[in-house]
Amino acid sequence: MNATKAKNAKNAKNAKNATNPRKMSLTKPMNPMNPTNTALRAGWSRGVIELRQSFTNGADLVSHLLWPVMMLIALYFMRDREFGSSGLLLGTLALPSILGMNAAMGMVTMSQLLTAEREDGTLLRAKATPGGMRSYVTGKVITVAGGLVADLAILLIPGMLLIDGLAAGSAGSWLTLAWVLVLGLLATLPIGAILGSLFPSARSQGLIQLPVLAMIAISGIFYPVTSLPDWLQTIAQATPIYWLGLGMRSAFLPEDAVTVEIGDSWRHLETAAVLGVWAAVGLALAPVVLRRMARRESGAGVAERREAALQRVG
Amino acid sequence: MNSEGMEAMTTNTGDHGGVALDVEGLRMRYGTTDVLREVTFRARHGEVVALLGPNGAGKTTTIEILEGFRMRSAGRVSVLGTDPAHADEAWRARVGVVLQSWRDHGKWRVRELLAHFGSYYVPYATEAVRRPWDTDELLAAVGLSDHAGDKVRTLSGGQRRRLDVAIGLVGRPELLFLDEPTAGLDPRARHEFHGLVRRLAAEHRTTILLTTHDLAEADKLADRIMILSGGRIVADGTADELARRTAGADEVRWTCDGRRFRHTTAESTAFVRELFREHGEAIGELEVRRASLEDTYMTLVHEHESGSGGAGEAFGAGEGQAAVSSR
Repeated sequence: MNATKAKNAKNAKNAKNATNPRKMSLTKPMNPMNPTNTALRAGWSRGVIELRQSFTNGADLVSHLLWPVMMLIALYFMRDREFGSSGLLLGTLALPSILGMNAAMGMVTMSQLLTAEREDGTLLRAKATPGGMRSYVTGKVITVAGGLVADLAILLIPGMLLIDGLAAGSAGSWLTLAWVLVLGLLATLPIGAILGSLFPSARSQGLIQLPVLAMIAISGIFYPVTSLPDWLQTIAQATPIYWLGLGMRSAFLPEDAVTVEIGDSWRHLETAAVLGVWAAVGLALAPVVLRRMARRESGAGVAERREAALQRVG
Repeated sequence: MNSEGMEAMTTNTGDHGGVALDVEGLRMRYGTTDVLREVTFRARHGEVVALLGPNGAGKTTTIEILEGFRMRSAGRVSVLGTDPAHADEAWRARVGVVLQSWRDHGKWRVRELLAHFGSYYVPYATEAVRRPWDTDELLAAVGLSDHAGDKVRTLSGGQRRRLDVAIGLVGRPELLFLDEPTAGLDPRARHEFHGLVRRLAAEHRTTILLTTHDLAEADKLADRIMILSGGRIVADGTADELARRTAGADEVRWTCDGRRFRHTTAESTAFVRELFREHGEAIGELEVRRASLEDTYMTLVHEHESGSGGAGEAFGAGEGQAAVSSR
């Protein structure tokens, strides 16, 4: 559709030039490219560049590796311990859950990046550029999602060699992983963007960690959710973290492991429904909140935050 | 010569008779405080205008309203024929904003970042204005060719500011906003920066609005200076016009028969002529100090800060300050 549009525009332009070849125009676009496409393409390249930077720079590389390595060490020591009388190994149960938790942490990363880059003026620069905000958000989604997938692979590949009893390898388990991950990111990244827009400074971002840690604690990541009291189970099931963990377990655990779950079922339908609701709410709200936040960005605001941050250092 | 060229260009496109900025009755109110009151001015295409004023005069607020970063309380604002409060991305592509960067994009390399920001402007190229500016050409223009491969966070303050300018220019804007562009630069970096701005105005006929609290900078760069004080524009003209504005600002000193004299007058030449006719050879050590932009500035700012209507009284204080700083 765009191609025909572009062609028509070109023809129109040629026709016009033919009648008045010397007339130069200051405002008529010479290049009939769609600005939205340009912004999305710029966002894509922005995301790819920042992703590459995060894997070619010492400090970032450490932060990519530190968490998975710590988790792998923990898993290694848990690998032979049995969970209750189920005959399942704790390490086997934990690995997919940790994958789910890591996927959910994209929310925190998104939120932190947004606040930090609002503070340092990256967002104001985007605002000063045509199509800049759209491209910025696109780029951020690619950076965070791409980094997350890489981090999952860093954990999963050695994990699969280390841990016995995983049902990985079948096409079905990869397919489940794929849809749970995509839906999970759709559910969590917009929430991260909303939180990142609402927090006034990078420092106050510390507060977001507390509810997230609480959500992780009750989400059945480290201990099956069925061993929690009923009311905690109810709260856990309202969070996307629980469903990401459950989805990951359904992808990687053998069929008999389902007995430790609520209702002895992987509940794929419910997983899709809950994550879907989170995604719908997040995707509906995020543009509104982001736009409101962007509207308020100004040089004076950035300067103020810079002063505040420098005073903290000094 | 500059305005002639612009005239030809603007008639060609019929662009609002050559007015790039048109502000009328602009008001900004935070709570019960008026930060800007009835600010009215215009700038023609190709003009370099400085908004001069003490800290807190409302310079940044004014420029941010024009940039479309801030909503105004009242008044009419037209930037390149569009109200910046409701402007679209196509308008944004014609306007350059030089931001004061701090630590954003620190991991990006200079050339990579500039090429990236350039890519946003591709759909806004016109037959007359090729967009974006070629990355290597632009790097050379701001003197950053040697640092093209450096990471942004390794640049010095002056180099970063030049990169800020390059990013503001990469879309070949018709209008460029510079808010306190040389704040925090050392004298050499400031000098280089002034050269860059003058070249932009001369070679590319970019309309430039800059804010500064540095008189010398406004004098050096701007075709026209507007003095903002207490949220109002209290003077508007070329540096010479402003300097002439304060009546009696020229100071004449001389000795006559070994005694020292001092007199302030608006007509210093006539006064000196009269002096010689009356005293002839008896006059020695004659010194005429022309009214300076600084005198006018101090006078006006003092007048508006003290809120006094008595120009004579205000002028006295202004003169005293100017005399101190001229030594």
